[in-house]
Amino acid sequence: MKKLKLVLVGNGMAGIRTLEELLKLAPDLYEITVFGAEPHPNYNRILLSPVLAGEQTFEEIVLNDLEWYKDNQIDLRLGRKVVEIDRRKRLVVADDGSSAEYDRLLLATGSNPFILPIPGNRLEGVIGYRDIADTITMMETAKTHSHAVVIGGGLLGLEAANGLRQRGMHVTVVHLSDWLLERQLDKTAGKLLQTALESRGIHFRLSEQTEELMDNGDGRVCAVQFKGGDVIPADLVVMAAGIRPNTELAEKSGIPCNRGVLVNDTLQTYDPRIYALGECANHRGTAYGLVAPLFDQAKVCANHLAQLGFARYQGSVTSTKLKVTGIDLFSAGDFIGGEGTETITLSDPIGGVYKKLVIKDDVLVGGCLFGDTADGGWYFRQIKEGANVSQIRDHLMFGESALGDVGHQGQSSAANMPDSMEVCGCNGVCKGAIVKAIQENGLFSVDEVKKHTKAASSCGSCAGLVEQILISTVGGAADVKPKSEKAICGCSDLNHGQIRKAIRDEHMISLPATMKFLNWSTPNGCATCRPALNYYLISTWPGEAKDDPQSRLINERAHANIQKDGTYSVVPRMWGGVTNPSELRRIADVADKYNVPMVKVTGGQRIDLLGIRKEDLPAVWKELDMPSGHAYGKSIRTVKTCVGSEFCRFGTQNSTQLGIDLEHDLFNMWSPHKVKLAVSGCPRNCAEAGIKDVGIIGVDSGFEMYIGGNGGIKTEVAEFFVKVKTADEVREYNAAFLQLYREEAFYLERTVHYLSRVGMAHIKQAVVEDAERRKALVAKLQYALSFEQDPWKERIETPQLKKEFDRIAVVTLEEASV
Amino acid sequence: MNWLDICALEEINPLGSRIVAGPKGDIAIFRASDDQVFALDDRCPHKGGPLSQGLIYGTRVACPLHNWQIELDSGEAVAPDQGCAHRHPVKVENGRVLLTLNNAKECTH
Repeated sequence: MKKLKLVLVGNGMAGIRTLEELLKLAPDLYEITVFGAEPHPNYNRILLSPVLAGEQTFEEIVLNDLEWYKDNQIDLRLGRKVVEIDRRKRLVVADDGSSAEYDRLLLATGSNPFILPIPGNRLEGVIGYRDIADTITMMETAKTHSHAVVIGGGLLGLEAANGLRQRGMHVTVVHLSDWLLERQLDKTAGKLLQTALESRGIHFRLSEQTEELMDNGDGRVCAVQFKGGDVIPADLVVMAAGIRPNTELAEKSGIPCNRGVLVNDTLQTYDPRIYALGECANHRGTAYGLVAPLFDQAKVCANHLAQLGFARYQGSVTSTKLKVTGIDLFSAGDFIGGEGTETITLSDPIGGVYKKLVIKDDVLVGGCLFGDTADGGWYFRQIKEGANVSQIRDHLMFGESALGDVGHQGQSSAANMPDSMEVCGCNGVCKGAIVKAIQENGLFSVDEVKKHTKAASSCGSCAGLVEQILISTVGGAADVKPKSEKAICGCSDLNHGQIRKAIRDEHMISLPATMKFLNWSTPNGCATCRPALNYYLISTWPGEAKDDPQSRLINERAHANIQKDGTYSVVPRMWGGVTNPSELRRIADVADKYNVPMVKVTGGQRIDLLGIRKEDLPAVWKELDMPSGHAYGKSIRTVKTCVGSEFCRFGTQNSTQLGIDLEHDLFNMWSPHKVKLAVSGCPRNCAEAGIKDVGIIGVDSGFEMYIGGNGGIKTEVAEFFVKVKTADEVREYNAAFLQLYREEAFYLERTVHYLSRVGMAHIKQAVVEDAERRKALVAKLQYALSFEQDPWKERIETPQLKKEFDRIAVVTLEEASV
Repeated sequence: MNWLDICALEEINPLGSRIVAGPKGDIAIFRASDDQVFALDDRCPHKGGPLSQGLIYGTRVACPLHNWQIELDSGEAVAPDQGCAHRHPVKVENGRVLLTLNNAKECTH
C-alpha cells in the first residue's frame, strides 16, 4: 500500500511529540516531512532558562538529534518557514520556494512573543524570549552591555531576568500588576517571591507602564521611559508580556482562528485534513502555553492520525513552576479562591515559606506553594483526582509525608537531598542518577524515569520522591498523573477505569477478545497488563470468564511464594489464627520429611514452611491436609484475632469466632490487591485492627468497623466506617464492602488508595445507607466465590494441573548422545 | 547437531514453559503465542531467578524475582538492565520439541 503523506509545520515539542506517539501506534502509515523555521532539531524549549543562566548547554537540551529523524525516515527541512498552504492542491510552500504535498497536515507553529505597540519596539536590542536565537542574543549582549530591562513579571520574564542577572547584567523587571506572577500566585506569595529575587540583585518597577523605548541615535535601544516620566537606562529590552498563538499561516489559508487555530476534541481544524496543536491551537476557548497539556494533545492527535480515533482531548488542569534555581514555587488549579471556597493558609514570612490550599465542597481545587514545594506533585494529583479530602483535612497542609513513610531514611523532600543520596532503596538508584537520566534523555514522566533508571520500579515507595525530582528538574512540563488517568501500561492508551467499563459494558469474557476489542498494541500484552486484565475479567464475569494461569504471576500460578533461590514457601490456612495439636504434628512431620530449612511464625498468625522445591509442592499440600493460606495472592490473606471474651478477662466480644467466620466468608476470594482483616475483642485492640483493610473492634455494645488501614510501605490508620450491633451484621457489611472494592478498585490498588480515590461517603452510600444494595453486593460476592475451590486441593486431585510442577529429565539422553 | 527429543509441543502451555533437567542445571523451554519455542538456561543474569517461572509475553519473559525483562531469542536483558541468559538451540518438528545443548560460551556480560 502506498503510504499517506503527513506534513508537520513546526519542528517543536508539540509537533515532534505527536510524531513520536504516532510512530509508536502506526510506524509505517505515513511518509513524514517536517518543516522547521529554526535551524535546530527539536529541543526542550522549557529548559532555555537554565541555558541562559549557564546551568546547562544547548546540546544538553536537544530532545531529538538529527539521527532520530534519519532513523525514522523523516524528511527534515530545517531553516525553512512555511508561508503558504494550498488546500485545494494539498500542498505547503516554504519561503525558499520548496514545497511538499500532504494527505494530512499538522500545524504546530507555536506562539510569538507579544511585542508592546509602543514607539521604539523595533529598535535593535529589543527582543522576545521564545527560542534559542533569543537566548543567544541575550548571552552575547550580556558580554558587551550592562543594563537590561525585562518587560513582564510572569514566569518567562522572571526566568529571563534571573538568567541575565546570573550573567552579570544590571536587571530591572517592569510589571503592570502590583505583584509578580499574578496569574500563578496570590499577592502574599508574589511579595515573598519579589523579596527573594531582590536579594539576588534584581530590581522591580511594579504597577508601571512603559511609554517608549528610546533610540541611542544608532538604531539601538538605550533607555526605557515610563508613563510617569521616569527614564532608566536599557541596552537590552526583553519583551515577556505574554505570548500570542502564531496563527499567521492558518489565517492566510482561510482556516478559522480566534486567538489560536480553532480545533475540536480530536485536534482537527475546520479543515479535517488539517490538525493543529500546541501553543498555536485554541481548544474550547483555551490556548495552552505550558508543555504538559501539549503532551496530552499529542497523544490524542496521534491516535486520530493513526486512524484509531477513540481518544478525545477534553482539556487539561495545569500547574506551573518557576525554573529559577534556589527559588521553589508551585501553583496549580484555582489558587485564588472565591465564592463557595475555603482556604487553608500557612505563612512563615521569616522562614520564607507560604502555602495556600483552596478547597471547594471537600475537594482540593487549587494550591499555591512558595519556599517548600516538596508536596506540589501530591497536591496536583489530589486536584486532578478530585478526591474528597475531608478526612485528611487536618494534615493536608503538611503534605503526603505527614501520612507516614518508610524506606528512604524518612526523607520526604527531594529538594534537600544531596545527589549522592539513595532514592530507590530496592534498586540502589541515587538522586544524581535520576536527575542525569531526566536531563540527558528528556524524560517527562515517572514511568519514563522507571524505564531508564529502574528507580521506583520495584516496591514503588519512592515514586513520590522520584516525582518530586522530576518536577524540580523539568518543572511544569512534568507529566504527573493520578493512576485513574494513566494508561494501564505501554500496550494501550486506556486507563484502568476505561478498561473495567469496557469489560462490563461489552460483556468481555476472554483475554484475547478484550485485547482485540480494545486495540491492544502488543500481541499478548505484558507482565503489567495481563494480570490486571485477568483479574478484571474473572471478577466482573464470575463463572463465565475463565481464569488464565499464564496471565498470573508465578506466586498465584504455583499457589506458593517464590523465594530468592527459586524454592517456595508454603503457608497453610489457620482459620482465625487458631490451630490444634493434630495440625501442628502434620506440619512438623512435613518439615522433617522435606528437610524444610526454616519454619517461621508469620505476622498473620500462621506458620510458614520455607524452602520447599516446586516439584514437592503438591505432595506437601497433600500431607499437610490443610487448605491454602493464599499467602501468595492478590486475595484474602488472613484474619488476625485476639483471644476475645472466651478466655480474656477484658474481652467484650468473641473476636476469635468472628475472625474464623469472616475468614470462611472470604475463603478463595481474589481481589485487586491483598486483603487483610483483624478482629479485636476490646478497645485495647491486641489484633492491631487499625492497620488492616478491614479492622473490627468489639466493644460492649457491639462492633466498630474500620476500613482502609495498611501496615506496609506507608503506614495508614484505618478510618471509622460503621458501628453495628451483631456479629452477623459485621459479616454482612464486611462482605458488601469487599465486593464493592472488588468491583471498583483498580488492579494493585489497596483499600486505602481506593478509599482515598472514591471517598468514604461513596462507600457508605453503597454499603451503609442502602440496605438493598448491601445485600445485593453480599449476594454477588457469594455467587463469585461459589465458583472457586481450594487451589491446593484442586491441584492434588487433578493430574493435568499437577503437570506444571514436574521437571522433564533428559540427562540420560544427553549422556547417551555424547 | 545432536537433537534431543524433549516432549510434545502440547505439553507446554501457550505462553507457558517447562523445565528440562540439563547436565549443567535446569534449562527453561518457552512457548510463545505463535508456537515458536525458545530455550535458555533457567537462570536470570541478575540474581539467578528461575526464568521458567516468569510471565511470558510476545517474545520476552519477565523474571519472577525482580521483573527483569529477557529477550527469549537472544537471551539479552532489556535496557536499562544488562546481562544475558545462555541460549540453547531448540526447534519443533512433527509436533515434538527438540533441543540441542549449547556448550559454547556466548554471554560476554
